[in-house]
Amino acid sequence: MASAALNNSLSVNNLGCIRGERVLFKNLSFQLNSGRLLYIQGENGSGKTTLLRTLCGLSLPAIGHLSWNNQDIKSLAEDYYGQVLYIGHLAGIKDDLTAIENIQFSLSLSGYATNRLQILGALETLGVGRCAHLPTRLLSQGQKRRITLAQLWLQDTPEYTPLWILDEPFTALDSNMINILTEHIEKYVNNGGMVVFTSHQLPSFNVSLIEHLQLSDA
Amino acid sequence: MNKRPISTLSLMRRIFVRDITVAWRRRSDIMSVFFFFIIAASLFPLGLGADPQLLHMIAPSVLWVCALLSCMLSLPRMFEADYVDGTLEQLIISNQPTLLIALMKILAHWVLSGLPLVLIAPLIGLQFNLTSNELQILAISLLIGTPTLSLIGSIGAALTLGLRGGGVLIALLVLPLYIPALVFGAGAVNAISIGMSANGALSLLGAMLALALIFAPLTASYALKVAVE
Repeated sequence: MASAALNNSLSVNNLGCIRGERVLFKNLSFQLNSGRLLYIQGENGSGKTTLLRTLCGLSLPAIGHLSWNNQDIKSLAEDYYGQVLYIGHLAGIKDDLTAIENIQFSLSLSGYATNRLQILGALETLGVGRCAHLPTRLLSQGQKRRITLAQLWLQDTPEYTPLWILDEPFTALDSNMINILTEHIEKYVNNGGMVVFTSHQLPSFNVSLIEHLQLSDA
Repeated sequence: MNKRPISTLSLMRRIFVRDITVAWRRRSDIMSVFFFFIIAASLFPLGLGADPQLLHMIAPSVLWVCALLSCMLSLPRMFEADYVDGTLEQLIISNQPTLLIALMKILAHWVLSGLPLVLIAPLIGLQFNLTSNELQILAISLLIGTPTLSLIGSIGAALTLGLRGGGVLIALLVLPLYIPALVFGAGAVNAISIGMSANGALSLLGAMLALALIFAPLTASYALKVAVE
């Protein structure tokens, strides 16, 4: 039903990025449509994170164009940012706030107003329901990671958040959690979502959904 | 999950409330700057001795310089924590203009570090033998002046994000820009004590505030974008 209506596209044209003096990659072009999953592979330092940060608008490309539904993302600016959920290396949570407060704030940044029950439900799914009211400085690395990932359960309607950009989403997670996350990402993509992610582990996604992109030294 | 979009105003309020909440849970940070102001300003009467005339003469500039320094001490905190934990990235790619986000963070900074000075300064001024009229003008000049300090300081705080030795660099960047505020802030109180009107100096302080309000958040938001890139 929903997936038929969604027809978003993210296209990358002749993209090149430079870090310091080094060319990370150049002449990179691809297009991603709704209901597809893009797995970016590459060695350490091949520019995966830079590519993801460029895709979500944090870094500017040295050369090339990025467009969302055939409009340049620079001109869309906030209209584009509002549609993207980016989860990077940094947790983006405040040590002095509780898990719930952190998530409420992140959601309001994405333009959502939510109730506590939904957030509690998401934390429960991720097995950190007990920690909901604790200041996050008391939590372990893996628990903090799960609280960051709770966004994926709260912003999983492709109509509102059509694009997820995930940098190493599987790090610091146990194998059970990896399975839960893999299933959830698949469900989102089947509903018409679009996902770009990097990972060093081989994810066990349904092969028909996935596209590969190999970054190698330019 | 259903999306019930929230307005820009509501998001701005949330950013402000969050900054205040985080700061309140780390009260010692705010308190230390506040007490720095009280102690630094109180050292002068102790060191110079009990000469009411002399104290009265130096009071406006001493209090203003102490306000500048304590404001500057708290500047690195404006964006640093958000930068380190990744919240700043999320703020910049939120669906709201970075300009408004910077403005709210500056406002929160002023409420936490400028406003307490405005409230306590008249009390400290008593140690310097200031008259009630002068205390009043002192409070007003700080009320107009300290937001300007936070605004100008935000540029320095944003530009030095992630740099080693950022704290000293902020002082070098920002203190020269604070000079006009110091001259007219202390000038307003001096004018009253020699029997002139403080209106001129206060109007100029107001003009500086207006100017800083236009340019500082804009400049700071660009600097923030560069810092996270």
